[in-house]
Amino acid sequence: MSDDDEETSTEPEELSHKQKLEIAKWFLINSPPGEIQYVAKDVKAVLKDENVYEAAAAEAFPLYNKSHMICLQLPDRSGDVMVTSFSEITEDEYLDPRTAQVAVVNHVKQACTEVRPASDEELPSAYVEEYRCAVDAEISKYVGEAYPKGVCSVYSTKGKHVEEPGSNFELVVVILASRHSPQNFCNGSWRSIWNVVFEDELQIVELRGRMEVGAHYFEEGNVQLDAKHECKDSTAFQSPDDCAASVVNIIRHHETEYLNSLQTSYLNLPDTTFKDLRRKLPVTRTLFPWHNTMQFSLTRDISKELGIGK
Amino acid sequence: MEAAMGLMRRIPPKHSETALSALLSLLPHHSSDLLSQVDQPLQVLCDVDCGKEFILCEYNRDADSYRSPWSNKYHPPLEDGPHPSPELRKLEIEANEVFAVYREQYYEGGISSVYLWEDENEGFVACFLIKKDGSKTAHGKRGYLQEGAWDAIHVIEVGPEEEGKAHYCLTSTVMLSLTTNDESSGTFNLSGSIRRQMNMDLSVAEGHLCNMGKMIEEMEGKLRNSLDQVYFGKTKEMVCTLRPPAELVQMRLPDS
Repeated sequence: MSDDDEETSTEPEELSHKQKLEIAKWFLINSPPGEIQYVAKDVKAVLKDENVYEAAAAEAFPLYNKSHMICLQLPDRSGDVMVTSFSEITEDEYLDPRTAQVAVVNHVKQACTEVRPASDEELPSAYVEEYRCAVDAEISKYVGEAYPKGVCSVYSTKGKHVEEPGSNFELVVVILASRHSPQNFCNGSWRSIWNVVFEDELQIVELRGRMEVGAHYFEEGNVQLDAKHECKDSTAFQSPDDCAASVVNIIRHHETEYLNSLQTSYLNLPDTTFKDLRRKLPVTRTLFPWHNTMQFSLTRDISKELGIGK
Repeated sequence: MEAAMGLMRRIPPKHSETALSALLSLLPHHSSDLLSQVDQPLQVLCDVDCGKEFILCEYNRDADSYRSPWSNKYHPPLEDGPHPSPELRKLEIEANEVFAVYREQYYEGGISSVYLWEDENEGFVACFLIKKDGSKTAHGKRGYLQEGAWDAIHVIEVGPEEEGKAHYCLTSTVMLSLTTNDESSGTFNLSGSIRRQMNMDLSVAEGHLCNMGKMIEEMEGKLRNSLDQVYFGKTKEMVCTLRPPAELVQMRLPDS
């Protein structure tokens, strides 16, 4: 067990501003889904230093928000914007391609402060937009069916200004479903990120998916699930509508499979792995004979003979 | 301090050591509270005198040395480290032997240690520890776990004997960590800890060891069931809430 403060003499060393900042940042960034505000409250109390907290929050919140892909409502209620590294224009500005608007975001408050229309530079070309829009329509349908509280977005990344066939371009599909139930001491989130590369020369579309599921239960302690999976697939490069349909089918297929394998893990774990840790009862199928000292001496001798209890 | 404990309940369990170090450096004046209230995965040292391993915890530590329950000596050696009284040491020796057999029966492997010491109220405190590594490289007989650790800490405060009875207050913590990793399903990691308390007044006719042992056995059984419900049940429920298993008609993939 580490015991940092005992290494120095009687008076523990005061941490530098930078050290405290790094620690505060670390706690904030590692908060479970939906819990950063609670963690922030505790971090403030433990730090007892407003300046350090504010500096740490300014650095940590954007990283946390992007990694968890938080979804914020636009001020005029025209829709939502997802805060991700793919939709980032500047650290405080995020694009919502569906409504072609850019939202200005306050990371620490986790709210959208204002919104403006996106410039042409920020949006993809008409050619790419056709594909993006088709995929967006299909994926929104899928997410609406598969995830009770899911949100999704499709972004054009590489090659977004490609005007016509002849070059590659890339789309990124992000899906987020989160559930915050602090009154039930339970929070969780499902994040999927799919990179879809349209390869012009080979006339194929390559997909690379990454799914991450997290859950946190903290009634009698602190229990967390952290599961990740990566997969690949491909399909033919067709018209925007056909591409959209096959891309989304592939996504649907892999995500369903992943959910099934998670369920299988849950089915198997208690029987197989749990037993490797601790049996429900000894092989004798009776409770341990604490009161029987005769049994003790006997078992003690037997265990000595068998060399157990190394 | 409350905020510190709040943070420990939110930080991913796999980072709990880092989190504790961070808190210790931010709140050095609360170090003894933090060290005794925050549970950390148990660490082990080898008693070179008898070639057996023992578990490290706050209750057998003095400065940077730890007392072995087998040889009753501090590692690394210490001039004047505290030791239990001779009577208590006798009970400690017996407790370690019996607990080792209990451990073998339930855990089929692993390491255990028991530490006893006098407290100010004419009673004593006992700490029973178990560390089990169930991963396929260690004692995992069924070989599914990439990583599997069960750490149990049971602290019992035993009150002075009054009219043939004594009061026992047990606080138990079990820390569990399971990781599976394979091609088709990626990495799956479930970790965390659960803590509970149990209070009982029992007759000392059969001896303290018997009473403490029975309480621990009952508590471990209950915790094991809770862990099953919480670790598996609750987190699985959350996953299925986020994305319910598909009852939809599977769309046919167009030929690609």
